[in-house]
Amino acid sequence: MVVENLQDDVKAVVDRWKGKEGNLIMVLHDIQDRYGYVPRAAALEVSHQSGMPLARIYEVLTFYNYFKLQAPGKFNISVCLGTACYLKGAPALIEEVRNILHVDEGQTTKDGLFHLQIVRCLGCCGLAPVITVDQKVYSAVKKSDVMGIIGEHSKTI
Amino acid sequence: MPTTIKIKAVINGIAIEAEAGATILEAAQKAQVKIPTLCKHPDLVPSAGCGICVVRVKGNRKMLRACCTPLEAGMDIITHDPEIVQTRRTVLELIMSNHPTDCLVCGRNNNCELQKICAEFGLREARFEQMLPDLPIDNSTNTIILDPRKCIHCNRCIDVCQNGQDVWALSFIDRGFKTRIAPAGDIKLAESPCVRCGQCSAHCPTGAICENDETQKVWSLLQDPEKYCVVQIAPAVRVAVGEGFGYPVGTNLTKKLYALLRRLGFKAVFDTNFGADLTIMEEGHEFIERFVNKKGPLPLITSCCPAWVDYLEKYYGDMIDLFSSAKSPHEMVGALSKTYYAQKKNIDPAKIKVISIMPCTAKKFEISRAADMSASGFQDVDVSLTTRELIRMIRQAGIDFRQLPDESSDLLLGDYAGSGTIFGATGGVMEAALRTAYAAITGEELKNVNFNAVRGLQGIKETTVNIKGTEVRIAVAHGLRNVGAIMKKVRDARLKNEPLPYHFIEVMACPGGCVGGGGQPYMVNDDIRRQRAKGLYDEDAGLKHRCSHENFYVQQLYRDFLEKPLSHKSHELLHTKYKSRPLYTK
Repeated sequence: MVVENLQDDVKAVVDRWKGKEGNLIMVLHDIQDRYGYVPRAAALEVSHQSGMPLARIYEVLTFYNYFKLQAPGKFNISVCLGTACYLKGAPALIEEVRNILHVDEGQTTKDGLFHLQIVRCLGCCGLAPVITVDQKVYSAVKKSDVMGIIGEHSKTI
Repeated sequence: MPTTIKIKAVINGIAIEAEAGATILEAAQKAQVKIPTLCKHPDLVPSAGCGICVVRVKGNRKMLRACCTPLEAGMDIITHDPEIVQTRRTVLELIMSNHPTDCLVCGRNNNCELQKICAEFGLREARFEQMLPDLPIDNSTNTIILDPRKCIHCNRCIDVCQNGQDVWALSFIDRGFKTRIAPAGDIKLAESPCVRCGQCSAHCPTGAICENDETQKVWSLLQDPEKYCVVQIAPAVRVAVGEGFGYPVGTNLTKKLYALLRRLGFKAVFDTNFGADLTIMEEGHEFIERFVNKKGPLPLITSCCPAWVDYLEKYYGDMIDLFSSAKSPHEMVGALSKTYYAQKKNIDPAKIKVISIMPCTAKKFEISRAADMSASGFQDVDVSLTTRELIRMIRQAGIDFRQLPDESSDLLLGDYAGSGTIFGATGGVMEAALRTAYAAITGEELKNVNFNAVRGLQGIKETTVNIKGTEVRIAVAHGLRNVGAIMKKVRDARLKNEPLPYHFIEVMACPGGCVGGGGQPYMVNDDIRRQRAKGLYDEDAGLKHRCSHENFYVQQLYRDFLEKPLSHKSHELLHTKYKSRPLYTK
């Protein structure tokens, strides 16, 4: 990431919301829209430009599940842990993804390819348990399918 | 005069009257009943975090938290009935379910608010399965140890760090079961804006934030026959240590402490008050250089407080030229112990170990903050203990503190004037400096050395002092949140090239000054700060010599060793430099 751009990007966002009540969340939304996550350098820059202590910024960033602190991967794997998927065996699927990719929830693999996300209900409970990779939906997934799903995407590189 | 409005209510069937604005928790005292609480500290606003102080108000179906519910006229309150007590027990049991039970090896063993309340409730078994979060201990600052597993989320440390001190090192990260205290982004405290003031540790109800206990290190040094251990006590320690031994708050125990320290095995007992007098000689003359001789920028800002030094380097890097280069009093005594004292007594300085007893956690950091802190050729101060650690050492030594006789210090670096002792209270450094600066500028002694305008607990004290027709504008701030307004005025004036708002500024990081320091006994509030300060001002008022320049042993030190204030040798041993530092290093 080029630091010069970062300063300008943050300035545009901070200026846009300047003086508006509750603007911190809006600023952070804009940053995440721009980078796909909120890089620490950007959070520091927001603090520097707006005078908002970094501690407060991270209180907000970590309170809301929506904000990501790590760069998303090239592929985003979302495992649903809504009630139906949970009952149909989603915990085992999460375990399998973790074992194969060596990442925890909210983390990205070292090669930057896969990001693991755990989500609550994708709205297709009839297909439970569900995994999505970006826009592609895999239904009634079994533990033994997980390696294939991951392999299918790493082959496309 | 505004009259206080009284409110009438009933607590446990007893008619009471309390001042409007009082909470139910406060008003309950009027009915001779104590409502238990874990998160409410007498010094802080309520956070309603723990839920133990629940009470019942007739006509309201919910239980209310007494700490944050204002008393209303006509309220009929029940503080204790079987259901309320059972609710409190359940809350406690839930807290216990994710609190470690290794109390025997905890820094707060026997002095822990959670332990005490569990004992009061007579909990005999853990009803819920233990679920301890897997969080690492943070000892990166070497001054305070953060163990987030022991945190009960009371919000006190965060309140003092963010709102009280305006430091913003600590925050709550994440939410729900994963909530933890940590600097922004789970970095280490040493990588954060933390200035090690220790106010978090002084307000923590449990062992989640403790001072770094170095008592064993000191015992080892004392037991080593090759070492020559000397000790010094800070002004504020003498009026707080008694709280550990049942003395009334503010009792000044200087002479008993001298006797005690000799019995612990120290070869020489010095007093940081001597260093304070010396600081005044150096800093006072620095002020005269800048103010009278126009050599150097104004306002001059005091630098005895290491947390303030750290804060200034991080938050006001553009104003470093205003800082007094004089080291803090205990650093001066340290440097002189291994030079002046060593030469006078013909002792190998390599064998001398200097231990400072301080009201402060930041002093633990200060002793190695820069190369200047080894001006003697060795680290000038070897270990810095807090008042709380000293209390522990006294108990470990099995000494009956109350029965000790009075003794005197080793005068070479241990005698002091009244000016030295008031260093421990907010405004004290300024008052001491004014006493000596007046004499140095005018050549006359003050008839009345009391500068009452700089005393007391008002957050910012501003006044003008007339030194024979010349006006000196001064400001005193304590509690770091009060610094911002003063520094902004100075910065604005400098940027716009306008007349300076002040000529001389004193800052102490902790509310009340060192008497309210982060290493002092627990449960401090403004009443306690006032009483501790009174113990110092009373001593000052009773002393024959009240000005630093009248200290015979300071005069002798200049005559025999340093030559004069701001001499080459003084600069070598007693002065330091500062540098701008980033708020976050990660």
